[in-house]
Order: sequence, then C-alpha cells, then structure tokens
Amino acid sequence: MRKFDTRVQHIKYKVLREVARAEWKDQLAESTLSIPKIISPGPESTMRCCVYKERAIVGERIRLAMGGDRENPNSIEVIGIACDECPTSGYAVTEICRGCLAHRCADVCPKGAITFDDRLHQAIIDKTKCVNCGMCAKACPYTAIVNRKRPCENACKVGAIKAAPTGEAQIDNNKCISCGACSYQCPFGAISDKSYIVDVIKLLKNPANKVYAVVAPAIGSQFSYAKLGQVVSGIKALGFHTVVEAALGADIVAWDETDELLEKGFLTSSCCPAFVEYIDKFFPQMKEHVSHNPSPMVAMGKYIKSNEPDSKVVFIGPCTAKKIEFIKEKNSPYVDGVLTFEELQALFDSRDLEVSAMEEDVLDNASFYGRIFARSGGLSEAVVQALKEKGREDVQVNASVCSGIEECRIALLKASKGIGNANFIEGMACINGCINGAGCLTHGEKNKAEVDKYGREALEKTISDALSILK
Amino acid sequence: MTLTICIGSSCHLKGSKQVAKTFERLISEHNLKDQINFYATFCMGNCQNGISTSLDGVVYSVTPETAEAFFEKEVLSRIGK
Repeated sequence: MRKFDTRVQHIKYKVLREVARAEWKDQLAESTLSIPKIISPGPESTMRCCVYKERAIVGERIRLAMGGDRENPNSIEVIGIACDECPTSGYAVTEICRGCLAHRCADVCPKGAITFDDRLHQAIIDKTKCVNCGMCAKACPYTAIVNRKRPCENACKVGAIKAAPTGEAQIDNNKCISCGACSYQCPFGAISDKSYIVDVIKLLKNPANKVYAVVAPAIGSQFSYAKLGQVVSGIKALGFHTVVEAALGADIVAWDETDELLEKGFLTSSCCPAFVEYIDKFFPQMKEHVSHNPSPMVAMGKYIKSNEPDSKVVFIGPCTAKKIEFIKEKNSPYVDGVLTFEELQALFDSRDLEVSAMEEDVLDNASFYGRIFARSGGLSEAVVQALKEKGREDVQVNASVCSGIEECRIALLKASKGIGNANFIEGMACINGCINGAGCLTHGEKNKAEVDKYGREALEKTISDALSILK
Repeated sequence: MTLTICIGSSCHLKGSKQVAKTFERLISEHNLKDQINFYATFCMGNCQNGISTSLDGVVYSVTPETAEAFFEKEVLSRIGK
C-alpha cells in the first residue's frame, strides 16, 4: 500500500522508524551506528555516489530524528552533505529555442535584457539586466526558456533559503517561518523538519504518564489505507491514554475569536503558526491585529491540563511550524510534544502495528466547523457560523481567505495600507490549508473533499453544541 | 467530593452531554455547587461500559436515563441529603 508521495519521504520515514524502534528498546545510543547500514545495506549505492556517502547522510537524518540541533530555534534544518547544490542561474534559454521571427520573449521583457545571436538568431539573456520576472518564459510558444531555480528556493515564498557561498542551501532564521515547504519540495531530501519522536516515546514509556494525543482535523484526509477509527486504535496501542480532536480546540477558537472580532472590528487569525511567524517577521506593524486566542492545539492542551495538570499532551498533525509553536514560552506549559503524520506512521511501524487490521475505535469531540479548520476557508466559515449562533447575523464578515503565504502577503499588504474592506484575514501558510502541510503523508487533490466528509460525520452540528459539553 | 463525567469520543457518542446536563441541573437544584467539584474529562478507560462517570475516583456506568437515579442514590446519599 502506498503511504507516501515521494521516495524522499519514504527514506526519512525509514530512519524515523528505526530510531523509534531503538528508542522503544532503550538501545538508541548503540543503534546510531547500525541504522545507516540498515537503510543503505550496500555493497552498491542506490542513491548517491557511494554507499559511504549514503550512510553519512543517514547519520545526519538520525541526528534530525533525535531532535537535531537543540540550540537552533528553527524546526527546519538543512542536511548540508545531502544538498545537491542545484544550479541557481535563474532564467536561461535552452537549445529548444528555434531562433523564431516573433521574438515574443524580447517584446515582453521589461528590462530589455534579451538580444539575439547573429547566426542562429537564438535568444540571449543579459544576466546583468535580467530581474528573473519570468515573463519571457511565459511568452515563449516553444517553452524554450526555463527557470534554473532551486526547488527549495522556488518553494520558499518568503525568501528564507539561499545558496551559501559554498553552494549548499542555507536557511535564514530571521526570515524562515518553518512552514516546511522547502523540506517537502527538495528532491534530494536535504532539508528536513527535526523530530520530537524520541521525546514522545520517552513520555509514552513512563507508566506514570497519562499522555493525551490531540490530533489535527487534517487526519481526515490522511492514512487512506485504513479507517480513521483504526488509526485511533493504533494511537492508543502506542500507549496514549486517549485520542481527542484538536478540532474541538478549533470550535473553542472560532467561538472566542468571533467575540474578539466583534470587539476589535478587524482581526487576523492566529491558528496557523507559520502565518503568525510571518506577520512577526515581515509585517510587525500588523502584530497588534493578530488574534490573541491560542491556536486550537494550545486551546486543547489548556483545557486538558486545566482538569488534569499532571497529564501530558502530544499534538499530532500535518505541520512542521507547530514544532516551533509548542516550544514557545507561552505555549510550552500546555503541549509536551508535536508529531507529524509522517512521524506517526513511523511510530506505528516501529511497533509493527498493522493499523488496517485493527478494530475500529471512535473519534468524535468536535463539530463540523471545528473539523473544517483543516482546509482553507474553514475558519472563516466557522466565524460566520459562530456569529449566527450568537444571534449577530447583522455583523458582516468580509473574510479575506488566504490560501498559501503569497496570498497572505497580498492581504496583509492591503490591510496594512488600509486598502479593501476585509475585516478578517484567515491566513494559512500552506496552499489549501493544513491538508497540504509539509508533515502530511500524502498531498492530494481529494484531501479537501475528505476533510469536508469527515466534518459532516461529526455528531455535533453546531459550534455551541460542541462547546456546551466543556462548560 | 469530585464528580467527573467522561466526554471522550465513545461516551460522547452515547450521550454523555445529556448526563452532564442532568448532573448540572441536579447540582444546581440541590444547591451543591460548593460541595461538588464537577468537571468533564476525556476517557476513563471504561469505553465498553460507558457512559462513564466517576465519584471520588471510582468509575460507574450510567446512561442519560439512569443519570438522575444515580445522582440521587450515589451522590446525594454521600452528602447526606
């Protein structure tokens, strides 16, 4: 059964699984030298120049699986020796150029950077003038002009990753929002989120701990090889006390954020940690407008720990930015660990749990609206619904629903200049929302429909019904 | 006295919300807010026999129909009402 989109994910998963296996057996320290040989048994190399380099890279992956550089506040790190140092030359004319008569490329170039050679009449880009706008590439009917840009740089819409002078990719922590887009896109697996899988296993191994799994609603689109109830059984079989929906935290957030919107008149959402980080780093003047409500993850942690202060809370979701959110001082009392769906799969297999053969348990705490937070537009729908339930249908929500960080940038730019009539900015760093998070097993077109279906299956149909149990 | 009601998924689907409402109503009717620490919790490890409720750490099974009788028998008798 296919569980991942790419081979890169699969290798990362195998390392996480082996690290987890060793940690369950209290043999992690001695296993760090044997795991590379399990992943790359040799004698021939299958991925890199030689088996020794493959094993050295696996060694780096083990380091990240064990938490990476704890001094580095970022959850995303580059594995220098795994970076292929792709070309960074920008737009270039290929041999597909026919030396045509139309010269659309030159016509659209805003900088006059394109000339033609005398003999073959092929286009030549003057790199001292070119600004890499890409107009020429779009205009060429032969698609003869390509962008030789690194996939990581292409994926990073905040300009936080660049080639270091040595050629390896380098992350600028002053710009990085930890969304993980680069780690999912790098075809060599040279960028990765660091893992708390060992810390979580340590929590689970201690019988004195009551560990709650708070799962993100994006789970509705994941683990397609099994039923959701079986996944719940699997999580419990790992030693979690029980499984609860982060979506109930989303119901809490929708309810309280609506009050905040009524009070302040203009607000941006705060549930996507990468979006909040983006405002922090790129739009500091908008910080005062970020909702003061915690994210659904933290809201659930707070609720669980208000009744059981000694319990432990582990969030399981699609997100790599949650890994920087939960260690922040204001959140760390409420959440003890964060795992991605990729890491959950590795945990299952580290215990040889055949999830698709397990009995079906149930998962039902939240309303439809809490569950659809997982996809772009869901939060705004929930706010409109909360207003209705509060009897405030007179208030108009002009939501600016931003799917992906580029749309967030435009909405924030407009709002910071007082342009437009949006009074609520729903910011999601990942395109289409959490269902496309970097920590998802699969990123498919059907994910939105899957999450909506999961939403409709909720017992509670309204936000206030879902919340009434908490009072 | 600590009274908790399970609102974990399994009990929630069986109607723990109605039980919680019944308990809340009875606590208020009998004026016991100061004497009973009543709150909800996720899962008491008794999913098969839910709806679970616990009284000073001892787990009992109730249904929306038996909740009131349970409250009168177990809770009120202990308080001496």
